[in-house]
Amino acid sequence: MFRRLPSADGGAPSLRVTVDGVPVALRPGETVAAALFLAGHKAGRTTPVTGSPRGPYCMMGVCFDCLVEIDGEGNRQACMVEAREGMVVMRQMGARALDDKKASSC
Amino acid sequence: MTERFDIAIVGAGPAGMAASLEAKMHGLSAVVLDEQPRPGGQIYRRADARDARLEAALGAEYAHGMALTEKFLAAGVAYRPNTTLWDLSPELRLSILRDGRAGEIDASHVVLATGAMERPVPVRGWTLPGVMSVGAAQILLKTTGAVPDKPPVLAGSGPLLYLLAAQYLAAGVPVRALVETQPRANYWDAAPHLLSALWQRKLLLKGAAMLRALRAHGVKRWQGASNLAVEGNEACTALTFDAGGTRERIETELVLLHEGVIPNVHVTMAINCAHDWDATQLCWRPRLDAWGATSVEGVSVAGDGGGIWGAEAAEHTGRIASLGAAERLGKISADARDRAAASSRASLGRLRGARRFLDLLYKPAKGQRQPPDDVIVCRCEEVTAGTLRQVARIGAIGLTQAKTYTRCGMGPCQGRMCGPTVAALVADTRKMPEASVPPYRPRAPYKPVTIGALAASVGTETPTDASIGAH
Ligand code: FES
Repeated sequence: MFRRLPSADGGAPSLRVTVDGVPVALRPGETVAAALFLAGHKAGRTTPVTGSPRGPYCMMGVCFDCLVEIDGEGNRQACMVEAREGMVVMRQMGARALDDKKASSC
Repeated sequence: MTERFDIAIVGAGPAGMAASLEAKMHGLSAVVLDEQPRPGGQIYRRADARDARLEAALGAEYAHGMALTEKFLAAGVAYRPNTTLWDLSPELRLSILRDGRAGEIDASHVVLATGAMERPVPVRGWTLPGVMSVGAAQILLKTTGAVPDKPPVLAGSGPLLYLLAAQYLAAGVPVRALVETQPRANYWDAAPHLLSALWQRKLLLKGAAMLRALRAHGVKRWQGASNLAVEGNEACTALTFDAGGTRERIETELVLLHEGVIPNVHVTMAINCAHDWDATQLCWRPRLDAWGATSVEGVSVAGDGGGIWGAEAAEHTGRIASLGAAERLGKISADARDRAAASSRASLGRLRGARRFLDLLYKPAKGQRQPPDDVIVCRCEEVTAGTLRQVARIGAIGLTQAKTYTRCGMGPCQGRMCGPTVAALVADTRKMPEASVPPYRPRAPYKPVTIGALAASVGTETPTDASIGAH
């Protein structure tokens, strides 16, 4: 859904995080929500009520639709957390313990 | 540990940064708390990191934000990023959460500079992945230099729509279409205020330049659009709407919605400040005196949290709030305060005149706030407009009742995303003015706080992800 503009300084992103096990490179100051998008995902979770997929909506900490698991801790606001080297981000798709193949395509 | 400051400023956007610089100048010890990891607020997000290409796309105002941010960082004001205010007591004790640990700050004066949020835009399908707010997409541009990989559709009303489209075009990113929802009648309501807007030539020229850019790139603009709906099962595939008497459909994977911004009144509502309904901006705002003081002793509001006037005005209200505080705390005389505030007051007068024109021109269409019955209004608890209309009919006269009946507003966003729509629905269903619909009364914690964080503050490590505050 989003791609990165080439930056003027030409510097390559140096931080490595993983989203659902896939590595993504980020710059210091960039958020986990950005990592989610740059990894090609539109949704970071499904809702507990009806299981509908949701992705970050406001990017400023208001809507709580960007909740993901970060380093094993669930329900973190992806748009409010800056990426750190080695961070492990897991999307919260379906029941948390299950690896839902269908959900991973959104 | 409890720290003490003369003045605690909540929010490091233009209002908060300007307030802290002014406070420092008059000998007040000041601390600035901000939820974000970097200063600048939403308007100057990541203005601390310079990138020439991004600067060029974002324009001159952003460059101004960079200069202000640098000045703020160099001023030596106590600055606490990553810090969430979750309670403010009548004694002006601020309970905070910083990097997962709880703490307290005592202040003699508090300036809330918590800014604005975008008005929720509850159209059919707005919860689908691939639908975001225009502001959210702009934050991705500012913070990450991330842009849509396929041409997006921007839909709704307000200057930000044109601004983001122009910024994308300047960065070489194609835009599929603009679907504008402001009713044509708005032009007539706004026209009498054009004269005051003319004083802000800069603003009008900027608007004209943005529209020129859209034309030059052949971006299709639809006007007077209504009944917007996003199509898709797992994600957005198209936007449909009525315009010019027909149902239009544009295929796109990304729809960006916007219907203006509203003050973030969560904290002022929670501490029981008096508020007034703004019938033009269609939002609540705290009742403020000439120095930004609320009805609660020792608490002022600066910036867009007190009414939407924009970033430039926010710096002025920030300065004015600190001058008011300095006088209240006996650091300066009333005379000195008045003299120091004069230039900011003059600028504010001009800026507000122009703003009135924009507010009337881009006032949201009724339909954008009154979705059809099947549309989800409360994103957290997935409560539809139909359910809310039904409870309004059977007796919910305000938001608190609607919440009791339906759980709307009980999720983690604490009603921030549904409150404005629920109020509009209750008012419309019960045929009462929106000003008379009692809003949600938020309570502390203002944001969800984990029990682990509270425990960590007293030194006992009790890691748990049980969470309170999502009530
Ligand atoms: S995207 Fe809205 S809270 Fe993170």
